[in-house]
Amino acid sequence: MRLVEPRGGLVVALVATVRRELTLSLRRRGEIINPLVFFALVITLFPLGISPDPERLAAIAPGLLWVAALLATQLSLDALFRGDHDDGSLEQLLLAPQPLPALVLAKVAVHWLLTGAPLALMAPLLGLFLSLPAGSYGVLAISLALGSASLSLIGAIGAALTVGLARGGVLLSLLVLPLYIPVLIFGAGAVQVAILGGDVAPWLALLGALLALALMLAPWAIAAALRISLNG
Amino acid sequence: MWSFVHKLVSPRTFYAIGGRLQPALWVAALTLLGTGSVWALLFAPADYQQGDSFRILYVHVPAAILAQSCFLLMAVAGLVFLVWKIKLADMVAAVTAPFGATMTFVALFSGSVWGVPTWGTWWVWDARLTSMLIQLFLYVGVIALRGAFASRDSGARAASVLTLVGVVNIPIIKYSVEWWNTLHQPATFTLTERPAMPAEMWLPLAVMLLGFYAFFAALLVMRTRNEILRRESAKRWVRELAGEG
Amino acid sequence: MTFRLEGRGLACERDDRWLFRGLDLSVGPGEIVRVEGPNGSGKTTLLKILAGQLAPQAGELAWGERPLRRVRTEYLANLLYLGHAPGVKTALTALENLAWYQALHGERGDTASRLTALAALGLRGFEDVPAAQLSAGQQRRIALSRLELTPRPLWILDEPFTAIDREGVAALEARLWAHAAAGGGVILTTHHALPGHGTLRRVSLGEAA
Repeated sequence: MRLVEPRGGLVVALVATVRRELTLSLRRRGEIINPLVFFALVITLFPLGISPDPERLAAIAPGLLWVAALLATQLSLDALFRGDHDDGSLEQLLLAPQPLPALVLAKVAVHWLLTGAPLALMAPLLGLFLSLPAGSYGVLAISLALGSASLSLIGAIGAALTVGLARGGVLLSLLVLPLYIPVLIFGAGAVQVAILGGDVAPWLALLGALLALALMLAPWAIAAALRISLNG
Repeated sequence: MWSFVHKLVSPRTFYAIGGRLQPALWVAALTLLGTGSVWALLFAPADYQQGDSFRILYVHVPAAILAQSCFLLMAVAGLVFLVWKIKLADMVAAVTAPFGATMTFVALFSGSVWGVPTWGTWWVWDARLTSMLIQLFLYVGVIALRGAFASRDSGARAASVLTLVGVVNIPIIKYSVEWWNTLHQPATFTLTERPAMPAEMWLPLAVMLLGFYAFFAALLVMRTRNEILRRESAKRWVRELAGEG
Repeated sequence: MTFRLEGRGLACERDDRWLFRGLDLSVGPGEIVRVEGPNGSGKTTLLKILAGQLAPQAGELAWGERPLRRVRTEYLANLLYLGHAPGVKTALTALENLAWYQALHGERGDTASRLTALAALGLRGFEDVPAAQLSAGQQRRIALSRLELTPRPLWILDEPFTAIDREGVAALEARLWAHAAAGGGVILTTHHALPGHGTLRRVSLGEAA
């Protein structure tokens, strides 16, 4: 039997992986909608727990929105690799003659597209509930869109490290939430600066820098973590 | 050359060398810590603004520095373990983690005690203290992840990856927390960033710091030797040592 | 050009216990190697090492005289590994599952060839049904249809007969021997006898400890 030459085809593999992830998520729409409902629910809790006074809510709205969105992203991460791990397709992914960091990046990109991006789109609506001052809605959406991409990448490292564990959910939060802090600071900071009428460009630039760093480093860490988890 | 390095990092060699080194390390640690404490508490001058309460710095600063050094050591050990599969490196990382977490806690606790006379409250969101708190969470995460795996090898490798991710993040976290801090509350007092300290104040601090390092080194050697015995308990040389051979 | 996967002095240690040590193993064209041993003797671990998923604690793996870690991509392009879990997404149809596996290897493939492969495994009529609605044995057959779909010289199969009915077992046995006769190589774990016309080589684990 003749030897097979590796034919490359990374683009084919990436496109197919993105399509597969999208198809899977669209067949289980609950997984897309649940984080959004969670986001809305948590935001509803704050006025009930603190005060319905618009001024007090407006003062803390940027932080509340950001923290709630961050937790919603976090919640959806445990499932990122778990299904693939349980049915054995993760093993096959690792044996593809393709660079693994690129393949996991495709998976994370779809995760962001279906959780981070909808959360960013929905946040201004919830901002209304919290009397978020006018003029900061755009910055809120942009900062969340940029920031949640970093969150997906960092969180995927934690998801990859805990995917082999039977009950990794709480541990995953313990590992990942401390690493989210810079994103939270710059993201919520950007919205706050927008409310105060300051220049938001440096804040968004910092969020972008974090994203660039995460894009460069996280795929390798995720790949290494998956290889470890698969042999646990 | 390589076989020499491998021999050097073999648990058995470390056990032997460590055994000879250990007494000297303990003597150094106790001498330095004793001298430093007496000097710092009795002879160093009081601070002109804060009086005697500033003396807690002689514990707080070394603990904080140790806490960071330990994380760095864990990261280096983790990298060595992942790349060269040297088991000794993982043993070092495993015994360093609880010590580093303890030092982080000591730094946090001493910082918050110091807050009572200075700020009149047990906790303020000071940039340093906040970073320390986050670092404590990182330590707890590494320890918890290591413990969560059924297989020790996998736990060790997962903890190494997480430590490396953490070590990349620590400077980013520190920087972002400082930025956040200046935005929300302009720095007033901080425990550590003070204008040029006179020599009679920082010399005892240096002695204390060296004492902490020596203490850590002694403890590290002792606990790594224990870990070696525990993990290699099935090996013949350990059995011979225990008199079973 | 021919191929050979060779392992010399392979050893695997799990938490200070040697699963196996000093294991030599080689598979080339026309050979079927069966890894034998009691439960927990490291059969699956050995297959994972051979598939390049796991690094052995000691020993060398070579693919055509070159160290495996140097030619990893070339090796993986020639390997078909089926693990314990079938690797079939239950929310996707059989066709979609196969298409993804082809794409992972950089091939677009076409529906006709996928239909043929599925038909060969007796899945005609189930091509467009989400795999969740199929039985465990049918899901396993989806995974096995990858053997038909793309010619790969080396197969590494971990308990391929799991959940397969009697006719399926016979067909798969025949398929394995046909692969060997066509110049392919197989490494597998199974409790089945594998009657056939070629020589079956055995590697035993769990004795030399």
